[in-house]
Amino acid sequence: MATSRQVLSLYKQLLEKAYKFDNYNFREYAKRKIHDSFKEHKGLSGQEQINSLYNSGIDSLAQLQRQTSISQMYTFEKLVVEPLDKHHH
Amino acid sequence: MLTNQIRALARQATRTDSRSINVRSFTVTAGSRTRSVSSKTRSIRHLATKSSTASAKSASSASADSIVTTPPTGSAITLKSATRDESQFGTRPIYLDVQATTPTDPRVLDKMLTFLTGMYGNPHSSTHAYGWETDKEVEKAREYVAAVIKADPKEIIFTSGATETNNMAIKGVPRFYKKTKKHIITTQTEHKCVLDSARHMQDEGFDVTYLPVDEHGLISLDDLKAAIRKDTILVSVMAVNNEIGVVQPLKEIGKICRENKIFFHTDAAQAYGKIDIDVNDMNIDLLSISSHKIYGPMGIGACYVRRRPRVRLDPIITGGGQERGLRSGTLSPPLVAGFGEAARLMKEEMDYDKAHITRLSNKLKEGLLSIPATQLNGSNNPESQYPGCVNISFAYIEGESLLMALKDIALSSGSACTSASLEPSYVLHALGADDALAHSSIRFGIGRFTTEEEVDYVIKAINERVEFLRKMSPLWEMVQEGIDLDSIEWSGH
Ligand SMILES: Cc1ncc(COP(=O)(O)O)c(C=O)c1O
Repeated sequence: MATSRQVLSLYKQLLEKAYKFDNYNFREYAKRKIHDSFKEHKGLSGQEQINSLYNSGIDSLAQLQRQTSISQMYTFEKLVVEPLDKHHH
Repeated sequence: MLTNQIRALARQATRTDSRSINVRSFTVTAGSRTRSVSSKTRSIRHLATKSSTASAKSASSASADSIVTTPPTGSAITLKSATRDESQFGTRPIYLDVQATTPTDPRVLDKMLTFLTGMYGNPHSSTHAYGWETDKEVEKAREYVAAVIKADPKEIIFTSGATETNNMAIKGVPRFYKKTKKHIITTQTEHKCVLDSARHMQDEGFDVTYLPVDEHGLISLDDLKAAIRKDTILVSVMAVNNEIGVVQPLKEIGKICRENKIFFHTDAAQAYGKIDIDVNDMNIDLLSISSHKIYGPMGIGACYVRRRPRVRLDPIITGGGQERGLRSGTLSPPLVAGFGEAARLMKEEMDYDKAHITRLSNKLKEGLLSIPATQLNGSNNPESQYPGCVNISFAYIEGESLLMALKDIALSSGSACTSASLEPSYVLHALGADDALAHSSIRFGIGRFTTEEEVDYVIKAINERVEFLRKMSPLWEMVQEGIDLDSIEWSGH
């Protein structure tokens, strides 16, 4: 049973991970996607559905952990829309 | 003894030699790059001289270099810099060329890494667990690929990409039925690999009808009906055009084909997972898919081949009989699984991606079409236009010089294969565009990973640089003064 405190904590952890993408486009996408997914399911009350989404969120967190690490290992120049002084890891 | 020594020396020499050849080939690449850039500069110079002969008012006969770098008097901006401090920002261009290829989604890479690290079995090895586990994953990927177009997984044949699939369909089906059928119908705006395959079939004795398109890029169903003959075997019409994003009426075409018992193939490289496709509802018999257009890896794609009523074709690649005998060869599990994951994500995120892409597309169109003397190429009807492909003509500007001025944005003036040359696009020509219009068009590709910030940057950059280039254009000056360019007698040609 995922409690609302657990869900909120998952949301925060996912977002925190998303910020770790060195790649601008992947970072911005991950932030947007996490934000929109939680917003979309905000009013959900069915415990089964909440649990299933929570579990897939846990999987996503592990995947983000791996993929942000890779993004930090293979870095490229910053894009012309990226300010240079931001995003220190 | 001596001969041995000489041989050893010779061997060594060849080795060093081949190394130095390597080095040389690097310089050659770099050199040809410089050359291709300078040829573009030449074309600007060419344009500039052309215009200055045309205009009696042309103020200076400045060299091309000063034309490119010096702003006209009274202009606050330069070609190079926008109105901001460049040193505060990165230098890598914004990627707006998703019709050429898409970035690999990290979730796809995550899937692929499983296979590149531990799960390395040959999916065709049926005697041990290494084979079984990859085989299971391959079949799962096949299900994901099939589900996007509501097909049966058994109807999916993995290939190396849409080019191979198009070859397979356009050559394979007519060859199988060549005893009784001799005619193929396609369109003038197909991808080069379709047109080239059709040309090959002409060499093999088939007649090919290339249907024209209207000014939006759409074929006419009456033209199609009129072109059908008793011995027509195949109709091949692309789903979404790669240069202008127009969507052909697949369902109507499929209906006509089925009524006439003709096979219907569609090149869906740019459409798969981006627009709704149902192979049964649309009566599609064969369909081409490319993984690297849907955030999957390059080097893999698929062919949907209908089983009922059965579509038969001569395979191009024969051998071990994999993929129902239609495409022999060992499958690559990392590519197949990556492709499968990309397809799964396309289906799962279709509505989410579509909403994002449509929003950015509308913003971009609004921001660019507000520039005077611009024109959208493609259809205005949202039903027959994919929003992620925005093709715009900027009159009185050469697309290539605009691209040169836009080093901070990765764009294309047409399909990847034609943009290497300075030839105007044959697709835009087919719409009835003249050389000037075809030359002045640029394609903007918006995808899952494009951000609003990038679109804002692009709108600003294009506005500034179109204004800049036009300020230097005597043609533009004449248009502003109300001179009808068609009334001018051009000298010097
Ligand atoms: C419409 C269309 N067909 C076919 C292809 C070729 O696809 P692939 O790169 O998978 O061979 C492309 C991509 O350039 C395309 O846009």
